[in-house]
Amino acid sequence: MSRQRTAAAEGMATCHDCHLLVAIPGGDDHGAKCPRCHSALHFRKPASLQRTWALLVAAVVLYIPANTYPIMRVTSLGRSQADTILSGVVHLLEGGMWPLALVVFVASIVVPLAKLFAIVHLLISVQRRSPKKPVERTKLYRLTEMFGRWSMVDIYVVAMLAALVQLGSLAQVEAELGAVFFGATVVLTMIAAESFDPRLIWDRRGPERPHRPPSARGAAEGRKPGRDAKTAHVRKAHG
Amino acid sequence: MAARAWTGAHDGPPHLVACHDCDLLIELPPLADGAAARCPRCQYVIGRGAHETIERTVALTVAALILFVAANAFPLLTMRASGNETEATILSGSRILWDQDNGGLAALVLLTTFVAPLAHALAMLYVLVPLGFGLRAPAAADVFRWMGHVRVWSMAEVFVLGVLVSLVKLADMAEIVPGIALWALGLLIPTLTAAMATLDPDEVWDRLDRSVEMDADPVEAPRAPEAVRPDGEAAP
Ligand SMILES: [Zn+2]
Ligand SMILES: [Zn+2]
Repeated sequence: MSRQRTAAAEGMATCHDCHLLVAIPGGDDHGAKCPRCHSALHFRKPASLQRTWALLVAAVVLYIPANTYPIMRVTSLGRSQADTILSGVVHLLEGGMWPLALVVFVASIVVPLAKLFAIVHLLISVQRRSPKKPVERTKLYRLTEMFGRWSMVDIYVVAMLAALVQLGSLAQVEAELGAVFFGATVVLTMIAAESFDPRLIWDRRGPERPHRPPSARGAAEGRKPGRDAKTAHVRKAHG
Repeated sequence: MAARAWTGAHDGPPHLVACHDCDLLIELPPLADGAAARCPRCQYVIGRGAHETIERTVALTVAALILFVAANAFPLLTMRASGNETEATILSGSRILWDQDNGGLAALVLLTTFVAPLAHALAMLYVLVPLGFGLRAPAAADVFRWMGHVRVWSMAEVFVLGVLVSLVKLADMAEIVPGIALWALGLLIPTLTAAMATLDPDEVWDRLDRSVEMDADPVEAPRAPEAVRPDGEAAP
């Protein structure tokens, strides 16, 4: 394991958009551009922790009204009933529709909460430079990215019910404020997961930076110039 | 197929990549069709063998586009209650939210169920069809780059679950008939998954790099002066 090298330690960055591995001479990624797709190059996503924290805090703040305000209002024969996410699940259970209650409970309550906790755990463990279970934490990150989108189910249910139940004075379904906050929470947590850089989990001593330019390092280790093909075939970044 | 971590002891022309999730340098061998290479350190799928990537992805994207048109042309669900009949299509969800003065939610639903899937499929064809003939459409690199970001917001599979939940929820109180659009959406999801599995973005980027700009003088292929091909050949 000790001989494993990371791209950043070798002065190389992976383009975030086209995944090209690019050598950045001098080890300063400021202003470097990908030669293939012209995106900005970074060894690590810039200000990843700060941005992820900011988005996460915003998501948590919006998650409270998302659960306390009703997400929809059903008006039927003059009677009006507003449901929050949780009371919607309870009503499904009372109606004996427990498989449906389970789907909505998992998508609207378990997934968003698990995602918020997972991102907090990842952020704190990275900030503490924890060496524990990097593989598991990387997998946790991938799960977070993969399942976060499923929280949108409740928004689609509200939209479909509102579209279908339009019987004038007989019955009507309307989206309420809670759905807006909930949609915003889902969007913010998705962007938060995207701003988190999972490579930070593996950077034990903080964000890695090359110690020396790669060519100088190759020479220092006494390699023949022709044999240092590992960086020679990697493209150089535009300045 | 497991990829080897770079130990510095390998000669020859390796295809060097860095793991997306842990930044480990890895020599990626040529992969058999359908094979996946995983990072030895964090198990991220660093590469997939996808042969004939452009032809297959174009074919699957065309199929997905046809299914998407069908999914929008027909009703998803029809509800019959007290002599009334209401039909809902993919777009009627966002339309009704808009009518209820809920612009933000309407936009979110429109973006994730209509705009993003459509834009993604069209962008894919815009880039890949000319590329199949060795040509680069205007701004193809920007379109392809931007496509990667749009993909996250395309949520057809989540939407289908939402429609199914609505169906079961309403089945108690009214007569609900699933429409052709629901079947089309049901077929669209595996088609999109397959299209993503056959797409090898690295191959597309490489071909974009080598291709000739449409409407451009074929003699001058614009190249970055210091760029060197990954296989070590000098740029033409
Ligand atoms: Zn790039
Ligand atoms: Zn890895």
